[in-house]
Amino acid sequence: MGLENRLQGLAMKNLVNRIGWILVVGLVSPVLASERDVWRQVRQGVEGYTAVSGPETGVLIQASGTDWLFIRNELLAGTGAWAIALTVLALGCFYLYRGQVKLAEPLTGETIERWSGKERLLHFYTATLFILLSISGLSLLYGRATLIQWLGHETFSSYAQTVKIIHNYSGPLFIVGLVLMGMAWFRDNLFNKHDIEWFKQFGGMVGDSHPSAGRMNAGEKAWFWLLMLAGLMVSVTGLLLDFPNLELGRLVIQTSHVLHSLAAFLLIVGALGHIYIGTIGTEGALQGMINGKVDKSWARQHHDLWLKEIESNEKESTHHSK
Amino acid sequence: MARMKFLCDDERCIECNACITACKNENEVPWGVNRRRVVTINDGQPGETSISVACMHCSDAPCAQVCPVDCFYTTPDGVVLHDKDLCIGCGYCFYACPFGAPQFPQDGAFGNRGKMDKCTYCAGGPEEDHSEAEFEKYGRNRLAEGKLPLCAEMCSTKALIAGDGDVISRLFSQRVVQRQLHESENGEPTKQANLWGWKTAYKD
Repeated sequence: MGLENRLQGLAMKNLVNRIGWILVVGLVSPVLASERDVWRQVRQGVEGYTAVSGPETGVLIQASGTDWLFIRNELLAGTGAWAIALTVLALGCFYLYRGQVKLAEPLTGETIERWSGKERLLHFYTATLFILLSISGLSLLYGRATLIQWLGHETFSSYAQTVKIIHNYSGPLFIVGLVLMGMAWFRDNLFNKHDIEWFKQFGGMVGDSHPSAGRMNAGEKAWFWLLMLAGLMVSVTGLLLDFPNLELGRLVIQTSHVLHSLAAFLLIVGALGHIYIGTIGTEGALQGMINGKVDKSWARQHHDLWLKEIESNEKESTHHSK
Repeated sequence: MARMKFLCDDERCIECNACITACKNENEVPWGVNRRRVVTINDGQPGETSISVACMHCSDAPCAQVCPVDCFYTTPDGVVLHDKDLCIGCGYCFYACPFGAPQFPQDGAFGNRGKMDKCTYCAGGPEEDHSEAEFEKYGRNRLAEGKLPLCAEMCSTKALIAGDGDVISRLFSQRVVQRQLHESENGEPTKQANLWGWKTAYKD
């Protein structure tokens, strides 16, 4: 029996049934609390006594399991696949329409430091872990529907075993990267009045305007805060999922898994946009993150307020040294 | 072809835990893993009810649907088995299973659970029947010998019964009729009959 067949068993009418069922349970559960019918209690997941030790062994039936299964296999897998596909399509279309955002003025040959060595190391440390986590996470969700038919069950199982280990161990290392990024770039990413104008002009992505921006433009700030908030969600839920020995119960794990996946999809979609803008989308952006230095004409076009600040600081320091 | 099911008659289960002992001994299940357990609802109160539960070998088993490596399969007898060589120990089957059947030998950090273990309906696994590898990984293959799971065979009150779904439900309905006759003769209120867990597990 193929995966499609199995998934068809959980079609739309099941969703309606399930929502109806959840409503019914929600409405009548106060009544059932006093209900003496043991079997209704059991279906609600009431805990009894058992001599067998282990997580939730006293529960005969957990009602949330099949709901979680439906949410994972249908809603999450479906929404996630569409979100990623549409993002890639949109970026592709945008590239065809806009092409690379070129430098408006010729290079001056004068460069200034945009990212310090530590910042670049932190960026690529976190980025590498992010890509590893994305590929491994997506493989566990979509591998069965896509990779098994190419690799066969045994090879895919070895692959899945490997990516599971990679995912579970690189997750905590990724959290370290997120925390350090938050501390390093928090101040530069506070929103200010220039950001409204930047958003109004779509950051110069559409048309030929070059809205003012400080060290971080409003788009970078939006990505920073998405990374921080979704990153917090993915980190907390990820730690809960990574340590089943805490025995927090299946509902905690199921909820964590759903939130973890949602936050991860948000981050993947955001990262696709971020990677596009930072590579083929904008001339000179990637060099900045690789060498740490950008040309002054690039800085003037994309981060004029930041350049002014740096230049006035330079003047001040030379003034003082005199 | 038979469609194998478990049925636990809550009117008969006396919570002796012999089914668990039988299972552990027959299959040499490792420490910390319990393929079967007895749960008592309203313990020590009027209306105390005990049920022996293990993998129910569901139709369209949720464990099989959620498994990222597709390691589950259903035998022609309707028994849900899995391949431990493919299992990556992700724990998803345990989170999806209504009955808490999947068990893991390790509960360690970073998701290292070891290979999943669960009731095989005493039907072994994908290895060759009665081979050493099969016994090592999955336990005894009684079904291939024409025998039913030992938990049900050992049940002293015959509360836990195993076998073809049609046969055991007929057996159960005879019991229910007998009980209702008996109870109405004695002027006691008749009790509802429960095919415990069947609505959750079976579609056929």
